[in-house]
Amino acid sequence: MTTVIWALVVLVSIGVYLSWTAGRLDRLHTRIDAARAALDAQLLRRASVAQEIATAGLLDPAASMVLYRAAHDARQAEEERREVAESELSQTLRAVLADPDQLAGIRSAPGGPAALDELTAAVRRVPMARRFHNDAVRSVRALRRHRAVRWFRLAGRAPFPPAFEMDDEPPELLVVG
Amino acid sequence: MNPPAGPHRPSENTAAPGTDGRPLSIGIVCPYAWDVPGGVQFHVRDLAAHLRRRGHRVSVLTPADDEAELPPGAVSAGRAVPVPYNGSVARLNFGFLSAARVRRWVHDGDFDVLHVHEPAAPSLGLLACWVARGPIVATFHTSNPRSRAMVAAYPLLQPALEKISARIAVSEYARRTLVEHLGGDAVVIPNGVDVDFFARAEPRPEWQGGTIGFIGRIDEPRKGLPVLTRALPRILEEHPGTRLLVAGRGDTEEALKGLEPRVRERVVFLGMIDDEDKARLLSSVDLYVAPNTGGESFGIILVEAMSAGAPVLAGDLDAFARVLDGGAAGELFPTGDAEALAGAAIRLLGDPERRAALRERASRHVRRFDWETVGAEILAVYETVTEGAAAVAAEAAAAGEGDDAPPAGTPRAGGRAGRRR
Repeated sequence: MTTVIWALVVLVSIGVYLSWTAGRLDRLHTRIDAARAALDAQLLRRASVAQEIATAGLLDPAASMVLYRAAHDARQAEEERREVAESELSQTLRAVLADPDQLAGIRSAPGGPAALDELTAAVRRVPMARRFHNDAVRSVRALRRHRAVRWFRLAGRAPFPPAFEMDDEPPELLVVG
Repeated sequence: MNPPAGPHRPSENTAAPGTDGRPLSIGIVCPYAWDVPGGVQFHVRDLAAHLRRRGHRVSVLTPADDEAELPPGAVSAGRAVPVPYNGSVARLNFGFLSAARVRRWVHDGDFDVLHVHEPAAPSLGLLACWVARGPIVATFHTSNPRSRAMVAAYPLLQPALEKISARIAVSEYARRTLVEHLGGDAVVIPNGVDVDFFARAEPRPEWQGGTIGFIGRIDEPRKGLPVLTRALPRILEEHPGTRLLVAGRGDTEEALKGLEPRVRERVVFLGMIDDEDKARLLSSVDLYVAPNTGGESFGIILVEAMSAGAPVLAGDLDAFARVLDGGAAGELFPTGDAEALAGAAIRLLGDPERRAALRERASRHVRRFDWETVGAEILAVYETVTEGAAAVAAEAAAAGEGDDAPPAGTPRAGGRAGRRR
């Protein structure tokens, strides 16, 4: 009789542990979803401001073309080309805004300072959101490597979450000072 | 006043609070006793004040002996227990009673975002992560690479810490410690200082004229006062008129032990001073010396000294070197080296031009630590986190309409929806 009770206790404990771990996993997947939504919102914001600056006649025609193209590509990119397109937008922004005179030109134009402020906020928040996202991804990966999670297939058939890798270095002149 | 619809009540309003300037409801958790002065406590106090000035609703949960002594907007989580932690005695809160209080506060506050400070310390921050649902932002203040307890406790902390949506480290050094111990990543946002408060402070004549300043606990070896007193005799040989002004708690006799009488009489103890006097002291001295030997992750006092216009000479701890812009905004000497400290102090005291140059450079450099800059960055973190949570909650609400699932009030329901996508 005692053996049966003990066996039951062990089984219930295992059950409780597994259900708790499944809860953790579930919460972590929610965290990734939220982080990804935030990252997408920031990337979209950045591309939109960049496009606005490109089309508002604040830059010379050549720079406008280059920036418009990069922002457009970033917004339209398919999921698998997304990281590359967003990195290219970062590089383009750095190239276009590397010149202090260019920047001064934008600032003196009507509507220029507001656009620059928005862009500054966006280029600072993209790396922030990306760090939070990849941090969540790492937490999920760590938990999914646990034996209990693998043996009991607690993660179901959900795909292993990918980190978002991109060049998110902001234009230097926008973040210094 | 209508509280904004947050991720906890996602039914009708799907816009993220905080965006478009809508006020946020923010819960801040301070792990250390409110009535004991300390860097984390001051940071929490100033952050709460700054956020309120910007129109957000803020509630602070903190250990405190006496609820009556707390400022409005702060809630006591009960009496803290003194425990040795991170090289000094910290007063912390733990136990089921505290956890129950934290739970009630989190529930009643219904916050858009919970900002926990020092979540890896065995206190309220950790408890808050444990009981909370919804988005959590955490700031890591310490950087103690040799904290074995933390490494050993890692599996215990993980379930609570993995609820944190966004991690902030107060310095690159604190970030590295964090990454090493807990993995993952964090954004670096420095501690804030009210730069203008220090810049406006009037010097006091009795603290002027060949003075060196030191602020910090006298009897705490890692604050480094012994290094400075060892250097003092040599400084006095070159500049006999120099006085050392020491502000901070501790046994003054113990601090002067082994010093000659002629050196002793050049040391003035001011005891504990308030913020006003601290600012005036910093604006009076000719040199501020930070001889700390370790355990510092940021160095807020250096920012305050620079804001008040005091030329800074500090040990070359990693954190200090970063705050001083690699030595451009203040001079560095090898940590713990009294000879080097004396040499640098003698040179600086005899070179008013160099001091003026340092002052000028520092006054520009400190702007990045001003609350205006720092507060905006922290709010950007809040907004990033609430925006994501609101998006997930909205998705969950949409998914919940299709079947008989209970109303998707908790973000957890969003996770299911997200995974089945």
